[in-house]
Amino acid sequence: MPYLYNTSEDQQEMLAAIGAESIDELFDPIPAELQLDRELDLPPAMSEMELNSHLSALAAKNQHAGQAVCFLGGGCYDHFVPAVVDAVASRSEFYTSYTPYQAEASQGNLQVVFEYQSMVTRLTGMDVSNASLYDGASSAAEAVLMAITATRRHGKIVVAGSVHPEYRQTIATYLENLETELVTVDTPGGVIDAEELAKAVDDSTAAVVLQQPNFFGCIEDGQRVADIAKAAGALLITAFDPISLGILARPGDYGTNIAVAEGHTLGTPMSYGGPFLGIMACDQKLVRRMPGRIAGRTVDRRGNPCYVLTMQTREQHIRREKATSNVCTNQGLFALRATVYLSQLGPQGLRETANLCLQKTHYAAEQLCANERFSLAFEAPKFKEFVIRDAENKVEQLLKSAEGDGILAGVALGQWYPELSDCFLVAVTEKRTKAEIDALVQSLVNSKAVVPVQV
Amino acid sequence: MRNTRDTESIFELSKTGRRAGRLPACDVPERSITDLLPASIVSDAPPALPELSEPAIVRHFVNLSTLNMSVDTHFYPLGSCTMKYNPKRNERAAAMPGLADLHPYQSDDTIQGMLQILFEMQETLQEISGLDACSLQPAAGAHGELAALMVAAAYFRDIGENRTKVLVPDNAHGTNPASAAMAGFDSITVKTTADGFVDLDDLKAKLDDEVAVFMITNPSTLGLFEPNMQVVADEVHALGGLIYLDGANMNAILGVSRPGDFGADMQHYNPHKTFSGPHGGGGPGAGPICVTEKLAPYLPVPVVKQDGERYRLDFDQPKSIGRVRAFFGNVGVLLRAYAYIRTHGPDGLRRISENAVLNANYLLSRVAHILPVPQGRRCMHEFVASGSTLKRDKNIAAMDIAKRLLDFGYHAPTVYFPLTVPEAIMIEPTESESKETLDAFAEVLFRITEEDADLLHEAPHTTAISRPDEVKAARQPELTYSVE
Repeated sequence: MPYLYNTSEDQQEMLAAIGAESIDELFDPIPAELQLDRELDLPPAMSEMELNSHLSALAAKNQHAGQAVCFLGGGCYDHFVPAVVDAVASRSEFYTSYTPYQAEASQGNLQVVFEYQSMVTRLTGMDVSNASLYDGASSAAEAVLMAITATRRHGKIVVAGSVHPEYRQTIATYLENLETELVTVDTPGGVIDAEELAKAVDDSTAAVVLQQPNFFGCIEDGQRVADIAKAAGALLITAFDPISLGILARPGDYGTNIAVAEGHTLGTPMSYGGPFLGIMACDQKLVRRMPGRIAGRTVDRRGNPCYVLTMQTREQHIRREKATSNVCTNQGLFALRATVYLSQLGPQGLRETANLCLQKTHYAAEQLCANERFSLAFEAPKFKEFVIRDAENKVEQLLKSAEGDGILAGVALGQWYPELSDCFLVAVTEKRTKAEIDALVQSLVNSKAVVPVQV
Repeated sequence: MRNTRDTESIFELSKTGRRAGRLPACDVPERSITDLLPASIVSDAPPALPELSEPAIVRHFVNLSTLNMSVDTHFYPLGSCTMKYNPKRNERAAAMPGLADLHPYQSDDTIQGMLQILFEMQETLQEISGLDACSLQPAAGAHGELAALMVAAAYFRDIGENRTKVLVPDNAHGTNPASAAMAGFDSITVKTTADGFVDLDDLKAKLDDEVAVFMITNPSTLGLFEPNMQVVADEVHALGGLIYLDGANMNAILGVSRPGDFGADMQHYNPHKTFSGPHGGGGPGAGPICVTEKLAPYLPVPVVKQDGERYRLDFDQPKSIGRVRAFFGNVGVLLRAYAYIRTHGPDGLRRISENAVLNANYLLSRVAHILPVPQGRRCMHEFVASGSTLKRDKNIAAMDIAKRLLDFGYHAPTVYFPLTVPEAIMIEPTESESKETLDAFAEVLFRITEEDADLLHEAPHTTAISRPDEVKAARQPELTYSVE
């Protein structure tokens, strides 16, 4: 077995020292009737070469974003990952280290977390960030729970229909067994209608949840939403796009109380959806309610500056059922990746990346809509994705045909929005070249009429 | 050798005008930003991130990494964390473009290889647990606990039973009661005996038909197999409750005993413990859960299903609790676990547990000469020593021993958990360590107990920093960089 040291000689010596006859004897405390009397029914062991071949063969059955051109969005994007991020994240001391409970053994990790937190506050314009949570959706759900306890309003949470459906579903699951109701304000125009929102928000509302840019890629009027929430004494939770903050106003600048995001776009590959990085930052006054780990700066006994996990009395290992959350893991390695990524880009690089997304997105939308068959579903300004309506209402076939051309053209929206079953979502990142965009347009415009769709 | 200058705060390394990354020129006709977006939403300037050259970034972070202990560099006998070797072939596997560069919304046709791996993972975890259905969705162990408790809540609601309580042993990991509270249950503590076993009398006193779930860690957080497991399961089941198995300690029983066979209705796994996923300085992890057939309809969506030769994502689960996250799951972690399990096969998995248990018992026999081990001479994959006599006799606390171990190049074991053992020192060597390492560790531990108490109170002495002022950090939090 590849990862064991113990030879049979070692085992004999150890058994002698323990005073046991055999290893089996060490399992005697398990009642015989509870011990498995057969081998696990699993395939036999593989050597490294065989494992490699096996996984390569399975990988070859997938069309990946290095082969097919990816225009898929909806919260996960094909952004560029600089080599520096991989190089740093593959340092043994980073990826095989543990949670930094012993500060003296973990100053590397703790300083990285502190730098990550610092970058997130600058990125978002918020007062304080935690060390990260699992992903964007669960961060949004945790923000909701935070808002409920902070406002002591258990009545409802108001969320826009233009917030990512899977975020809303996650929030709904988290609220299922609690008394708080989740109220969705539909967004048939692709963005929040301020009047509709104002009707839904009242003094039983703990928070309003906004996504900026929203799931459809549209820009919301964040300030207006913030004003409505504030007028009712509710908190504003904004789910933001980290890349967009190269250009867009920051959540903290328009009155967000808790900012959350999916941070995989900051240096982590798509990985079929996970593991990812849940960013959370909040107002200073909410910090003691924030879930997850937080690193702080202090001094050691010799007066040297150092970093340490702090405010742990919020956390489960101390407060147990009274903890702010049950969260234990943070996405340490991906917070590191995000920190390196943001360092690599710097302010100018982030602005340029955001601008490329913006420009290419607009170019793609224009080119596509030059054809009569396609039109923009929504008028609102967009950042890096947009919703296309297919006049022929053959979205499945369209996307299938594009796959055949080596293009992952878009995400069908009918699965979440029945009224948009003739629509699909197209995302254009800084990686997409003009040639690729032109090929996308060609493929969709010339799409084979009827392609059998496997159900 | 450490370079102290380049581990200054990254903000202090910043200089206006420095740049690392360059983007390609815009190859589409470029328009003014304010033509495309309302001026009110456009920021005047990008966020104030540091400005660095690429060599500075590398030098900074690589130097920071040298300030960490890690499994690749040190023995890390952290009880309940299973700090085993993180195989490099798993890293290579997870980085294959055909596995890493996949978007979660790609059609099933374009990801048959990925779906096959995920399906096989579901089946594999079911087989190892002796349970019937699996969800790979949860992002961490605690997340799995939460999801499973929500499954239980949905089940009882569906069968029309109003059950509001979850019972949790007093030596359970803190996530257990925290998860119960988040799932809307009242968390009630059940006492354990001095050996860390469930106090049957206390359990019976607290069991009633309002109890939804009894959460148990088995082997326990003291590293012992619950001798009354069958009785506990029978008692809970008799009143219609469910048993949840906290699977953090699966490393002790792989291929030896299965939670489904000893009465569990639900369990979570920690692939970043048991199946060698790297801990990444605190994450990511994953928390897949397995449940019995009657609970399967309530599992989060989606699950992977197989129709003949083809695999697909199945969302048609009307009784599902819904989603607990966006997208499918922590696939990168699950891939590594898959590679690990395929590397070992059934006999290899059993050998892992055999050697984990052997190593722990051997180390126990050595440590028992130095510190009391209240549970006795035997354990499973981990054991808990107590520093309480040392505290009483020499005023040396468990924390002091932990800190001094750092000076000798060992990461400290887990201290002060479980709460039921005073001055607890929880030691889990894992199977991927040598007898020589265990002997050396025991010798150092002995040396430390003979050292001067004042020396120990100020330990560690050889690390870059020593004894951070945690009180100051909590009372005057400094959580973000500011120019002084």
